Amino acid sequence: MSLQVEERRDAIGEDGRAVEELVVNVGPSHPSTHGVGRFIVHLDGEVVVKVDPVIGYLHRGIEKMAENRTYLQVMPLTDRLDYVGSMYANWAYCRAVERLADIAVPERAEYIRVIVCELQRIASHMMGVGASAADTGAFTLFVYAFDLRERIVELFEDLCGSRLTYNYVRPGGVSFDLPDGWLDDLSAFLGIVDEKLVEMDQLFFGNVIARGRMKGVGVLSAEDAVAWGITGPSARASGVNWDVRKHDPYSVYPLLDFDVVVGDNGDSYDRGRTKIFECFESAKIIRQAAAKMPGGKIHAPLPRLLAPRAGDAYDHIESARGTLGVYLVSDGSVRPYRMHVRSPAFCNLAVVSKLALGHTLSDLIVIIGSLDPVFGECDR
Amino acid sequence: MSSVMALIWGVVAGLGAGIVIAIAALIGVWWERKVSGRIQLRFGPQQAGPAGLLQTFADTVKLILKEDITPSQADRRMFRMAPFLAFVPIATSMIVLPVAKGWAPLQLAAGALFFIAVPGISAAGILLAGWSSRNTYATLGGVRGAAQVVSYELPRTLSVLALCVLGGTVNLVTLQESWRWWWIAATALGFVVYLIASIAELNRGPFDLPEAESELVAGFFADYSGIRWAVFMMAEYGGIVAASAFAAIAFFGGGFGIRGVAGTVILLAITCVLATVMIWAKWTFPRMRPDQLMSFAWKVLTPMALVQLVIVGVIAVWL
Repeated sequence: MSLQVEERRDAIGEDGRAVEELVVNVGPSHPSTHGVGRFIVHLDGEVVVKVDPVIGYLHRGIEKMAENRTYLQVMPLTDRLDYVGSMYANWAYCRAVERLADIAVPERAEYIRVIVCELQRIASHMMGVGASAADTGAFTLFVYAFDLRERIVELFEDLCGSRLTYNYVRPGGVSFDLPDGWLDDLSAFLGIVDEKLVEMDQLFFGNVIARGRMKGVGVLSAEDAVAWGITGPSARASGVNWDVRKHDPYSVYPLLDFDVVVGDNGDSYDRGRTKIFECFESAKIIRQAAAKMPGGKIHAPLPRLLAPRAGDAYDHIESARGTLGVYLVSDGSVRPYRMHVRSPAFCNLAVVSKLALGHTLSDLIVIIGSLDPVFGECDR
Repeated sequence: MSSVMALIWGVVAGLGAGIVIAIAALIGVWWERKVSGRIQLRFGPQQAGPAGLLQTFADTVKLILKEDITPSQADRRMFRMAPFLAFVPIATSMIVLPVAKGWAPLQLAAGALFFIAVPGISAAGILLAGWSSRNTYATLGGVRGAAQVVSYELPRTLSVLALCVLGGTVNLVTLQESWRWWWIAATALGFVVYLIASIAELNRGPFDLPEAESELVAGFFADYSGIRWAVFMMAEYGGIVAASAFAAIAFFGGGFGIRGVAGTVILLAITCVLATVMIWAKWTFPRMRPDQLMSFAWKVLTPMALVQLVIVGVIAVWL
């Protein structure tokens, strides 16, 4: 069972009356979504009075493992950090390595990286929105979102052979060039993506029951978002206008025209809707990048075993969840001395303990879904 | 008929109702899986039998072969009784439905009232299932489920009552005989209320938090496996068919007042359409939260049903 009653605790409430609290464990294995997160919830009747997220169920020691591998061997580990968005997890690590080793990436590779990362962003948001919908009971939307995600995953399979963990973006470029006809398949995808997103928006976010479940639930103010270190669509839905692609631009994003999607209320509804609108922006970016992409090399010439200078480097990108950063410390050898990942899911998840207060247990599930945590990234 | 004949007929009709509901559940589950599959851009069962028709049969065989588990903490007798307490009232209520114009297996003077009242007993089955599982959250799920069923009884009853006022009788056979085409327009509001309230009564569709509480929690029938769980499912799908058939009979004159086999065929067709609408609703909408569910029943549906009653009262007096 995912939910077990652990104990009834009798406490004394603030006004001196005895409060009988029910401590409920929303267990590590949820029946449907999100992975292995555990939340210890204290309920006063139906109302949540305290939530403790307990993480670490997917901790695999990736940062420690990275210390025993060469820089290129670390790449598959980064795939498995945010396994819903391998492409940008790879990219964050590669940027840190490139900064450390002063590698110049060819322009074609940068464009390919942008296309692939934005496709990944759409795929990740489809997972996030679909899972949130499935949490509220709209399982059909989950399937529709996965239909769109499946098309993206098939594009990736044609590109690099994998459907989930791509190991595609490498330090210095990308590993394979675009196969023949891939750009045509991409245009076919871009031709249908807008109408499918509109359909999903209307089907779920336009539905009165979904509105009732999500509007006003888990309201995060802009000040709180900044104070708690929330980034990504969860922060932008609260009105915080911060997107690494615009405010600390990297790669060829300065050459591309797109808008940052900022919401008003910061409730679960806005968080979900922000993701859908970000997908529209991503599609815009992909179209421009595919049109502007030059020919040329896809990988900078690198030594077989990369041994950067001693020192450290930090670089971050905008992942689907927020600011994903990788900090690398090098001692001049072929293996990193230390790798640390600034995981947006880890930073975003803590705010659940604030957002869920005063709501019911069903709302807690909706809030967790709207924050879209991926525990591979959270626990590393 | 003589009392012996009546007794024999009672037994036959009762068994018949049980068989009908089992077949209804079999077909209902298959149809749901096909319809929900198509809504979700996939096919649904295809392998077992032509178009997957034997799928439910195969699943039933599998469920029968499963180990019969009763949790050690649970109250054994109550635990084993609960599914049948949920199932039998719904099967029983089908006996009074006039499946052909002028004929019902059991022709009661208060058939409409019988049909409305008896399925309410299944709320006790839900409550008992949750209670006897001795699992705190199953109990809470059962309590919520029972509260939901009881709350939605009111709009459902009122909407049917509106029809009985129009027809001037609670005898279902007579009601069907006196049905007129313009009743569709006059009771349209009541029909909508009845449909929504029935979906809620069956713990289905957007109102299935007590049973899909298994997404978050152990639902009230989580501790049931194998054939005991199948009995709950039979109750649910039988309920869908019963509610759809009743709506077809009451609001659409059971085959639009046509006699004979043609009338029965049309009745079945309308029943299928309404059952499909219920399936459609389940797979399109997200779930309502319990407090939203309750406030919807009391603040939206019940007033709508009362308005319908007023409309019908005005018409009945005017005529």
